[in-house]
Amino acid sequence: MDLKLLVFWVFSLVLVGAAVGVITTRNPVQAALFLVLAFFNSAIIWMLMEAEFLAITLVLVYVGAVMVLFLFVVMMLDINLLPMREGFSRHLPIGATIAASVVVLMVLLIRGQFAGSGFEQPLPKPADYSNTEQLGLAIYTDYLFQFEVAAVILLVAIIAAIALTMRRRPDTKYQRPAEQVLVKKEDRLRVVSVNSEDNQDIAAQVAKKPAGTGAVGNGQSAEQGGQS
Amino acid sequence: MIPISHFLTLGAILFGLSIAGIFLNRKNIIIILMSIELMLLAVNMNFVAFSYFLNDTAGQVFVFFILTVAAAEAAIGLAILVVLFRNRGSINVSDLDQLQG
Repeated sequence: MDLKLLVFWVFSLVLVGAAVGVITTRNPVQAALFLVLAFFNSAIIWMLMEAEFLAITLVLVYVGAVMVLFLFVVMMLDINLLPMREGFSRHLPIGATIAASVVVLMVLLIRGQFAGSGFEQPLPKPADYSNTEQLGLAIYTDYLFQFEVAAVILLVAIIAAIALTMRRRPDTKYQRPAEQVLVKKEDRLRVVSVNSEDNQDIAAQVAKKPAGTGAVGNGQSAEQGGQS
Repeated sequence: MIPISHFLTLGAILFGLSIAGIFLNRKNIIIILMSIELMLLAVNMNFVAFSYFLNDTAGQVFVFFILTVAAAEAAIGLAILVVLFRNRGSINVSDLDQLQG
């Protein structure tokens, strides 16, 4: 048996097993970890198809960012797991039927259409061939506009995620920059004429005023929190 | 040598499993989002396979864009999920009947 075919079989079986694990496991954390396993295995299968850049991107972007985001959200939400499972066995027959019919139809089509000739095995690329370079050439010439649209989509995603999840709590302290800028010297500073000899007088003056509000004037914007 | 039908069949099986996942986990939005990610992975598998066998880089460029859109979709979907959990205290799909649809 060919070595590449053996690698394909091993990793695709693990990939299918991980996908089954994603959809059947009870715990969302386990499902996320199964999905990480699925992404790693499909990265290896993409490596077999000489898509090295995309395989590494899949591991970096999906496993490194998206799945970590999933895990954060799963662990941040305090989810009651019991009602999550209700209806699992009730939906099992229809789900399995539809999935099986989709797979059978697709496989029939694939066997009929692509099993024969027309798609012969491509020759291995030379050693100095760079997949990343070819992809970059295509993206920055033919697909430049689409690439910029993708950048805008990512920007929209950033803004939408922040705008959706940001909330202002009433008890959180914020700065008020407008008031901070408008503060005059007279609001903050009081010049006291002190006779340097009698220290007891100063001590009495300091003791008369409570700490914090004595030496500074405007209580509203005196401290950084905007609270007096 | 691996024929193209192997890769396409693998993609079809992954796609079918993720459809089954959406049907089975009707209550849990997180698993549904993960099934959608798996579905996009199956589609990407087909794109990469055709790109390899047709010797055309365009398929890989498309996979690149699908990865971008999928990352944006996951970020916004999870943000909606967090806001939903904050407001309703549950992510059960059957609790989401405020619009009376």
